[in-house]
Amino acid sequence: MNDTLRLIYNGRAIACADIPCCDQDRFLQTILAMTGRGWRVSSYCGFPAGETTTLYCLLASPADGVLGIMQTVCSGTEFPSLAVQCPQLQLFEREIAEQCGIRFIGHPWFKPVRFVRSAVGRQDAWGRPDDQPIQVGVMDYYRVEGEEIHEVAVGPVHAGVIEPGHFRFQCHGEQVFHLEISLGYQHRGIEQLLMGGPHPQTLRQMEAIAGDTSIGHGQAYCMVVESLSKTRPPAAAEALRGVALELERLANHTGDLGAIAGDVGYLPTASFCGRIRGDFLNMSAFICGSRFGRGLLKPGGTVFGLDQAQREELQNRLATGRAELTSAIELLWNTPSVMSRLEGTGAVSAESALEMGLVGPAARACSLKRDVRSDYPFGIYRMAQVPIATAHHGDVCSRSMVRWEECQKSLDFCVEQLRQLPSGSHAVEPKPLLGDHLTVALTEGWRGEICHLAITGPDGRFKQYKICDPSFHNWQGLAMALRNEQISDFPLCNKSFNLSYCGFDL
Amino acid sequence: MLRALKERLSIQGYRTMAYPDGPVTLPERFRGYPTLQKDLLCHLDGADCAAACPFGALGCSETGLTLDMAKCLFCADCPASSCVGFSNDHRLAVSRREDLLLQSNTEHKLAQPLAPDLRKLFGRSLKFREVSAGGCNACEADSNVLTTIGWDLGRFGIQFVASPRHADGIWVTGPVSENMREALLKTWEAIPAPKIVVACGACAISGGPFSGSPQISLSLDTLLPVDLYIPGCPPHPATILDGLLRLQGRLA
Repeated sequence: MNDTLRLIYNGRAIACADIPCCDQDRFLQTILAMTGRGWRVSSYCGFPAGETTTLYCLLASPADGVLGIMQTVCSGTEFPSLAVQCPQLQLFEREIAEQCGIRFIGHPWFKPVRFVRSAVGRQDAWGRPDDQPIQVGVMDYYRVEGEEIHEVAVGPVHAGVIEPGHFRFQCHGEQVFHLEISLGYQHRGIEQLLMGGPHPQTLRQMEAIAGDTSIGHGQAYCMVVESLSKTRPPAAAEALRGVALELERLANHTGDLGAIAGDVGYLPTASFCGRIRGDFLNMSAFICGSRFGRGLLKPGGTVFGLDQAQREELQNRLATGRAELTSAIELLWNTPSVMSRLEGTGAVSAESALEMGLVGPAARACSLKRDVRSDYPFGIYRMAQVPIATAHHGDVCSRSMVRWEECQKSLDFCVEQLRQLPSGSHAVEPKPLLGDHLTVALTEGWRGEICHLAITGPDGRFKQYKICDPSFHNWQGLAMALRNEQISDFPLCNKSFNLSYCGFDL
Repeated sequence: MLRALKERLSIQGYRTMAYPDGPVTLPERFRGYPTLQKDLLCHLDGADCAAACPFGALGCSETGLTLDMAKCLFCADCPASSCVGFSNDHRLAVSRREDLLLQSNTEHKLAQPLAPDLRKLFGRSLKFREVSAGGCNACEADSNVLTTIGWDLGRFGIQFVASPRHADGIWVTGPVSENMREALLKTWEAIPAPKIVVACGACAISGGPFSGSPQISLSLDTLLPVDLYIPGCPPHPATILDGLLRLQGRLA
């Protein structure tokens, strides 16, 4: 294995020369062997270089906190697909196909991902002509045939104030046989903008990969720069970053629990949580002026610090937030009409979750113990543990329970960190980036694992940068959750995942 | 049922804020209306000014430094470099694109009420169809938050509606990605006239952090006639509400 897979740690850079380049067969066999042993695919990406494409696969060990990276070279325009044997690869392969113009032979679901032209002037993987624009959402959708079957198409513009995406349901009466989700509408070309970076604009773009996860993605980016420049942020910065990340989790979980209550028609919790979510956002604004944590982070530390009085104020607000949130959420578990709507709805089995490679609360609700904070600890989580919350039914109720438990753990964590926030400086100046290095930064955003993989050229500028939002792993989970459910339960199931469109579309 | 009532009466309480009748509470570190200090900036020549902001929000004129709120992300970098200060004033929305361009001697411009005929129609009932076109979900979230009990947008007769057919205007967030352009324009066409356009956030106004990307549009007002510009990345809910209330003529 050692001559194929190079072991690395979260947030540590290695020289590109230290990554063995193996042949295709070995590369593919290793993916199958490792995923067979319970490793997970964190990232699988391709970077075109001239006539060839270098493929990297980042695998994550389930137990001992290590990651493994390997590479191979694809010299033609075709590559074998492993999606049938290893379903968690299916979307990664389609993404590589779209970005690098490689056709994956044997892929059972070979469709575009974001409906953009490949970065290389190579032939399109789907043979679409060069001289015509690529039309978003135009592809072969899975269809169920039969006299009583009907198809429901929703989006890209939805009824609520949410992002765009296209959903197609194959229905038999109310019952959904299959849901297919087609995205790409939000594509802003972030990865292309990163080429040759870091640029002065880069940090602001990272904060807006998914605007509700500014800290999650922002921190991953900071870790990329810090690991490539051998910079260690001060302890005070690490602690404050942790507080900000947990506040982000609190705000989003609170908002979603309220929205779940709203979707089952239980308005007290919906109303209370809508407001309490704002209180958590305002705590982020208290720290850095922005409700979404914009402007708090920078490579090397944080822009702001907290003095004694500010820490106490924040602790008081957290105590109030805890009391009010508990009051709002306990109502859900004590209302039988709410529980009967949550229980058994939108269930995903643990086996499916494992096969699809789900991450975050969606995976933990299926009893998979996956959490970057404890599996591949980074920043403050190397010192302070956050217990993993899991549930076992994989349904809307489990996802709601997990989110509520995580809220409580995040509150504990924030209070603890604020009580003992290290004194001293909260930022250091990062050094120049090392040339010809590769680094991987994983963080646990509120939706799950965020993965940034960066490679620098000899000049210490980004030659390649691959972003993987947790939504990339989890959209397929939502599609599976809808199987055999009533179509009227779609909003409820959707809210329990609440995945990012722009984080997926990049 | 009784328990829900008990929680409402004991812990949760009545929470709709006093604003606009009372003051709005903003965090101390909130970055609102920019303040340009002439003396501080004179040591920069034109090229330095422009280079000081990677998004092109800063520039130079004969009267000194200029700041284009269309491009400004109200990020924390400016105060750090002591180029520009940010006050705690949340009132940023304006009716005309040129009002977003600040100079050290310009007066603080605010959004103007709609024309009398439109105000008669929309002054007490204004429904929007929101379209996120490449938005990162921050502008969307802080638009949506206005519908929660704290802000209670409904008390002003303003509402986000599900169908463009029911709408009086379009509410756009995001830099209008290429892949959303057609859906945005179709939604606009589906709204019956007379109708208005709100550009919410730096992305919709100028591309925001993504300006320069080949995958987005130049700005919303190259596609649609914008009636209200709400700057910020994302704008604070108080900034958004201020713009709306002024548009309706409720704030003078």
